[in-house]
Amino acid sequence: MRSKLRSLALGWGTFLMSMAALAEESKYNLPTPKSVVAQEIFDLHILIMWVCAGIFVVVFGVMFYSIWKHRKSVGHQAAHFHENTQIEIIWTVIPFVILIAMAIPASKTVLNMRDASSPDMTVKVVAYQWKWEYEYPADGVKFLSNLSTPRDQIEGNAKKGEHYLLEVDNPLVVPVGKKVRLLITANDVIHAWSVQALGIKQDAIPGFIKDAWFKAETPGTFRGQCSELCGKDHGFMPIVVEVKTQEDYDKWLAEQKSKTAAVTLDPNKTYSMDELKAHGEKVYAKNCAACHQATGAGTPPVFPALTGSPVATGPKAGHIDIVMNGGKKNPAMAAFAKQLNDVDLAAVITYERNALGNATGDLVQPADIKALRK
Amino acid sequence: MEATHAHDDHGHGAPAGLMRWVTTTNHKDIGTLYLWFAFIMLLAGGTLALLIRAELFQPGLQVVNPDFFNQLTTLHGLIMVFGAIMPAFVGFANWQVPMMIGAPDMAFPRMNNWSFWLLPVAAGLLISSFFVPGGASSGGWTMYAPLFLQGGISNDMTIFAVHILGISSIMGAINIVTTILNLRAPGMTLMKMPLFVWTWLITAYLLIAVMPVLAGAVTMLLTDRHFGTSFFNAAGGGDPIMFQHIFWFFGHPEVYIMILPAFGIVSQIIPAFARKPLFGYASMVYATSSIAILSFIVWAHHMFTTGLPTAAQLFFMYATMLIAIPTGVKVFNWVATMWKGSMTFETPMLFAIAFVCLFTIGGFSGLVLAITPVDIQLQETYYVVAHFHYVLVSGALFSIFAGVYFWLPKWTGHMYDEKLGKLHFWMSTIFFNILFFPMHFLGLAGMPRRIPDYGLQFADWNMVASIGGFGFGLSQLILLVVVLKCIKGGEKAAARTWEGADSLEWTHLPSPAPYHTFEVPPTVK
Repeated sequence: MRSKLRSLALGWGTFLMSMAALAEESKYNLPTPKSVVAQEIFDLHILIMWVCAGIFVVVFGVMFYSIWKHRKSVGHQAAHFHENTQIEIIWTVIPFVILIAMAIPASKTVLNMRDASSPDMTVKVVAYQWKWEYEYPADGVKFLSNLSTPRDQIEGNAKKGEHYLLEVDNPLVVPVGKKVRLLITANDVIHAWSVQALGIKQDAIPGFIKDAWFKAETPGTFRGQCSELCGKDHGFMPIVVEVKTQEDYDKWLAEQKSKTAAVTLDPNKTYSMDELKAHGEKVYAKNCAACHQATGAGTPPVFPALTGSPVATGPKAGHIDIVMNGGKKNPAMAAFAKQLNDVDLAAVITYERNALGNATGDLVQPADIKALRK
Repeated sequence: MEATHAHDDHGHGAPAGLMRWVTTTNHKDIGTLYLWFAFIMLLAGGTLALLIRAELFQPGLQVVNPDFFNQLTTLHGLIMVFGAIMPAFVGFANWQVPMMIGAPDMAFPRMNNWSFWLLPVAAGLLISSFFVPGGASSGGWTMYAPLFLQGGISNDMTIFAVHILGISSIMGAINIVTTILNLRAPGMTLMKMPLFVWTWLITAYLLIAVMPVLAGAVTMLLTDRHFGTSFFNAAGGGDPIMFQHIFWFFGHPEVYIMILPAFGIVSQIIPAFARKPLFGYASMVYATSSIAILSFIVWAHHMFTTGLPTAAQLFFMYATMLIAIPTGVKVFNWVATMWKGSMTFETPMLFAIAFVCLFTIGGFSGLVLAITPVDIQLQETYYVVAHFHYVLVSGALFSIFAGVYFWLPKWTGHMYDEKLGKLHFWMSTIFFNILFFPMHFLGLAGMPRRIPDYGLQFADWNMVASIGGFGFGLSQLILLVVVLKCIKGGEKAAARTWEGADSLEWTHLPSPAPYHTFEVPPTVK
């Protein structure tokens, strides 16, 4: 009998240990933490899970013992007790003590994760429907970060890649071991910037700037997703953070600075139709095609077709207004005045009026856009 | 049971035909209407859920487009909360509260009729919104601004539907409070009331307190949308986060509105099948009241990621953790009621036991989510979806199933098919866990909720969950068969169907309960 009990205990021990081993796998638990805060949260979660598991085993051990022994079918007669002040006080006080024991480490972590003071660098994060914009105010670098998974993979016409839906064209890049403060806001609706491995989730709220911070322990690529419902393409605006060594980061930053200088098209130049259309096609693919489709067919009624539309084939001024300032009747149409520069706006409007089955022959020049900005 | 009842019924039976149901002021008829309405809504909301699970069966977009997917999740939430769970509990209150306190009917029978018949109007608005230009609301059942300010006429229909549902709930709640406070039989003191009546009394007060808050929140959405106000628009001096504060000030008590009556039902069933009085009756009443009071000071735990001040994050974490204490007391009391009883395991008891176990798992994941830093990792992931389905499906819905099996013999006069009932129980419980348990893993691994497509690392568990979803959905048809069979016929039920059941409907009334009961109040010793 005793040896049977011992082997049972041993079996349970192995089972629990294998569960603990499983808990290391990210398929069953939080991803491996890569920042101090994420590590604290990870440990906190494990602690609470064990406390809960312990309570569960005790309480339901008692219940199932009772179900086994105190059945009518085995002839058990019902007792008649229905209260016991002493035991009721005990099982009110014990949970209270356990809760206090949990609250202490939890409060420490809250205070730590809220302390965004004295950062090594600051990045401004702006959320749009449905992409992120990262700005390094100290270095004058600013870029958009879009989902880079091809449509074909989403629609099942191509094999899905390893980082399906969790890959972007321009990731946020930061140096390792530096305290990075993020200033997070949004342009349209509420979004949330979240990377579990770094222990961050912060809502991006239009009209308000909230901060969060992280200090990555090791170089690597960390992924997350928008974590507040923000409309149609909520599931298609991932977050990718590349943590580089200081040396690689400096190299990347220098590259960005020169790239920004090279790519910026001269807003004072007058462009030809072909130049505008060629640039406009790229801008369209990044900013417009998600709703209005690559062909311009749209998905009516929320996202109207551009091909033959009264806006894209009507007066130029009305078209420029809706692209810059958003839809007055249909709020699903975002305002692009702040997201795109004069050349991009001129090019994409020209493209929409002279491609996608439209041929108005109208040219919009960057100077026209500039004149409308106050 | 008593000969006087048969005599009283003479000439006072139920009128025939459709107009019986339209014009009825009888609490039993109205209870029946509420319960059937809730069941139809359960199937409607369930169908939407199955479409969601079909899309999520594997990565990629196969069945629906992203915009329609958001409509499905939004309407699934609204229909299940306001159409299925809440009306089902009001149905139980209508049938049971008067019989359990020895009252002849509800205090305001005509208002009772109106509070029911508002529901199909609201449901009609919600369901028909799928067919207006732009489709149904797609901003989530929480209707967060500013997203809800976008979108078409369906959002206005949703706002209007919420107004109507709110009016219905407030009228129903006033009726229940008045009935319980004024129509109790002589000798039925408050502390002698069956626990189900107690939990509904407290729930009704919660409803009266918070439904107007929800109505205010959606009215502000309406004026922001159409009348140029800027409550939730920062550019006009408003604050998008204010919507969340107002919504969750309603929303957290709402969570308890959906679980307190469940506690009541389970507290009737476990003593009946353990053949032993409920352990700690008084502490159950106090625990229920403390949960209700605490529910007003924990709302911002839904908003830890909005960037609340540190002091607020700490306060709402502590307040939320406190809820574990009265909830724990309830679970301990149920276990102590079973302890040294003489238990049998008919379908109502099986569902009640599953309720205690699975609701406790939902309680534990609630405790995990109460810890602010952990919540920040898990907010808006599938972990939250798993959590609230453990409390609302294996909690609220399982208690509704338990209650239906428990009282069907009293309502119809026939025994239900025990074999089919047990089949329904095992299928529901097994598929429920296949459906929702893996969602804890998905959430921990970082899968956000409300997305139509996901990364490949989430594929395995999503497939498992979808299989569970289809199994769980189809299992509910067994309930329909059981109920229809039981209404049609079956073994005659005794007045006191269950040996250990001791409230007035079992001890003083025959099965089925006559159309009018307790026209002369019983005396309770």
